[in-house]
This record gives sequence, structure tokens and C-alpha cells, in this order.
Amino acid sequence: MVSKYFGDLAALSGAHLRIEPGEAILLYGPNGAGKTTLLRLLASLDRPSEGRVLFGGKDIHRQAAKAAIGFASHATFLYGDLTVRENLKFFGRLFALPRLENRIAAALELFRLDDRARTPVYKLSRGMQQRVSLARVFLHEPQFLLLDEPFTGLDAATVAILETLLRQLPVEGKSVVFSTHDFERGAALARRLVALESGRIRYDGPLALVPRNLLPVTAEKPES
Amino acid sequence: MRSLTIISAIFVKDLRVEWRNRETLAAMCVFGLLVVFLFNFAFAPGREESLRLLPGLLWVSFAFAGIICFNRSFAVERENACLEGMALAAVDPGLIFVGKMLANLLFLGIAECVIVFAASLWYDFSFLPSLKWFALITFLCTTGYVAVGTMFGAVAANTHMREVMLPVLQFPVAVPVLIAGIEASTGALKGDPPATYLGWIKLAAGFAVIFTVLSYLLFEYVLEE
Repeated sequence: MVSKYFGDLAALSGAHLRIEPGEAILLYGPNGAGKTTLLRLLASLDRPSEGRVLFGGKDIHRQAAKAAIGFASHATFLYGDLTVRENLKFFGRLFALPRLENRIAAALELFRLDDRARTPVYKLSRGMQQRVSLARVFLHEPQFLLLDEPFTGLDAATVAILETLLRQLPVEGKSVVFSTHDFERGAALARRLVALESGRIRYDGPLALVPRNLLPVTAEKPES
Repeated sequence: MRSLTIISAIFVKDLRVEWRNRETLAAMCVFGLLVVFLFNFAFAPGREESLRLLPGLLWVSFAFAGIICFNRSFAVERENACLEGMALAAVDPGLIFVGKMLANLLFLGIAECVIVFAASLWYDFSFLPSLKWFALITFLCTTGYVAVGTMFGAVAANTHMREVMLPVLQFPVAVPVLIAGIEASTGALKGDPPATYLGWIKLAAGFAVIFTVLSYLLFEYVLEE
């Protein structure tokens, strides 16, 4: 059971999750439900106030665990004064990735950033920066992907690319945990739902079995 | 080998960011030069007067130039939560410290060269006769000062009043190395035998080693807070 407090505020209370390889999990809940807190704990960016987060049975703060995690959040983690390529190269060098130039070229092509490779990040729009941020996440081919509102600011073509990736990665045995306020889009990509409210997990199970009272008003119940 | 790759990646990144915006070095040099220039009006430049005041004056301008350096160093990392981005990588946090410390050491070293050159002109004082010892003292004291500054720069970056917090946190800890710098520089510039200020040099060297190692070991906790 993991909890995270900020002073008196319980951002997450008694959360218990077990994530298997190849799972695609949708984190869903209103603002302040604890989605970002949970993702940050899973990404090893924060330590829980109570409980432990384990990766493969061992503490998630170990370097080996971190190497297997990719995290995209509201912050892009990009240096505005560096170009797109320089940012990717920097993070690639931190992970000591082999064949780095090939990986960078592939990531640039995947997220349609080839023509912006030499552009400083501060000159890019918010949506373009989000694309660079996603390219950074996929650069080291993580086994465990954590995406906090990944569709925010993306154009339709990049949303389609990301949706394809989110369908493909679990097939390759990689786990994906992502949050979105667009329930229908999320439900189309995930098999499992973790619904949060006021820092507590209200539901954790197959999307097909979600109680109707947890669904947003406009959403249809996903087909099993 | 991987450690060196990571340190050089962070070092080169900081140099590249500075090369693109040229904000930190320019601010450090302007501030340092201004201090030296204004004090030029406070006393009549002459060898005796310069010898008495110059070491303290230089170290005051080095110390304030350093504060600008450490604040800017982590302002870049705060933008877009880049420090968290580095924390996400499977990197020993101590290596992040070393990379940033080396970049700060280079920036402050360049600013110190500019300040010393300007001081030698304005105060009509030649550093050449004691340059070897003065350079050694400045290098050791600057290394210790930068180790403390880089560490507390990262601590202050996580606080709300970071620009105020950095000097408040850093100066009390850095006082010994600043005193060592002033005392040893005074001896060296006067042309005293090195044995008379060797104790201060040893203090500066010890300070640099202890705070570099301590900061390397503790940086993990700074990143997590």
C-alpha cells in the first residue's frame, strides 16, 4: 500500500497496484484525483510517504529500474536553448545508448521532427515540444512507459502515431500506464482501468467490467 | 568509462547552453568588474594600498560572481523541470553534480581571469611576480567554493525564494575557504615565502576535497527533495 502526503494533504492514499509486462493501463479520474502523483511515484521521481514501489521485486530507485522506465509528463524535460537533436543526444548519452545517432534519426522520423532537428526547442510550439518530449521517452526503448496526458497539444497525425505505439508496445511485452481525460480514446487503447478519486483507487480491473457509475456521463461502456 | 561519458555530456550541455545565451558569463563579468571598478574610487591605487585591500576585494567580487553563476546554473535546470529529466536517467546523481560543478568551475574561472586582469589595470598592480602561487590559491579556493555553491544551488533551486536562499545557505559554509583565499592571496601577492601561507593553502585544499566528496555523495538526496 503506497501513500503520498504533501503536508496534511493526502495526494494518494493506500494505493496498491501490480503491473504485469504487456499491460496497457488507463489512469482515469478528475483533476486532483492523484493520477500524476501515482505516475511520479511509478517513475521514481518521488518517494512515497508510506509503502514501497518495487520494480521486478526490487526498489524502483535502483539505476537498473530507472533504465527500464520512460516517463512523459506535463513538463517536457527539454532544454530550450538546445536544438531538438542536441536534446535527444544529451539524454541518449545519459542513458549511454549504443548506436545513438541511428536511434535519434529513428525517433525524429517517427515523430515527424526531421525538419526541426536543428531548431532550438524554445522556438517550437507547445505541441511540437510535446512531440520532442515523446521522442525523448522512446529513445531508450523503455520496458515500462508512463505517460501523463500524452495527447495534450498534439496534432491529429501525431495522435495517430502515438495511438499506434500504445497498441503495439503491449504486444511486444512492454507495459504502458497512461492518463487522459478523454475516456473514450483511453478506453480504446487500454484493457485495464485504474479509476482514482480524491487520492484513492475507486476501481482497478478490466475496462469491460467497469461499474457504470464510474464512467463519465458521455462515455459508452467499452465492449469486452 | 560510462561515468566520464555522463560527466562530459552534462559539462558540454552546460557549455552549449551558455554559448547560446551568453547570459551567465556576461552577468558574472559585469558584476565582478563593477565591484572592482567602484572600489577603485574608494581608495587611492598604489602598491601598499593595493596590497592591503586587493585580496579581499578580489575575493568579494569572486564570491558574488559565483552566486550569479550558481543561481543561473540551476535556473536552466528548473526550466521545463530538466533536473527531473536527468534524475529519470539511470545516472548516479553524483555524476550530475560533478558535471555541473566542472562547468561552474570553468565559468567562474573565466570570470576570475577577467576580473584579475581588470584589477591589475585599474589598480596598477602586477600579478606576474606571484602568478604561480596566486593561481594555485585561486584554483583551490575556487574549487571548494564552487563545490559548496553547486550543492547549495541545487538545494536553493527547490525553494520558493531561491535567489535569496542561495547566499543565505552558502556563505556561512563557504566562509572558511573565502578567508583562506584572502589570507593566502595576501601572502602570495606580498611576495612572502610560501611557507608563511602554506597552512591556508592546505585548508583550501582540504575544504575543496571534503566538500567535493560530500556533495558528490549527498547530491542524490538533493535531487529527490
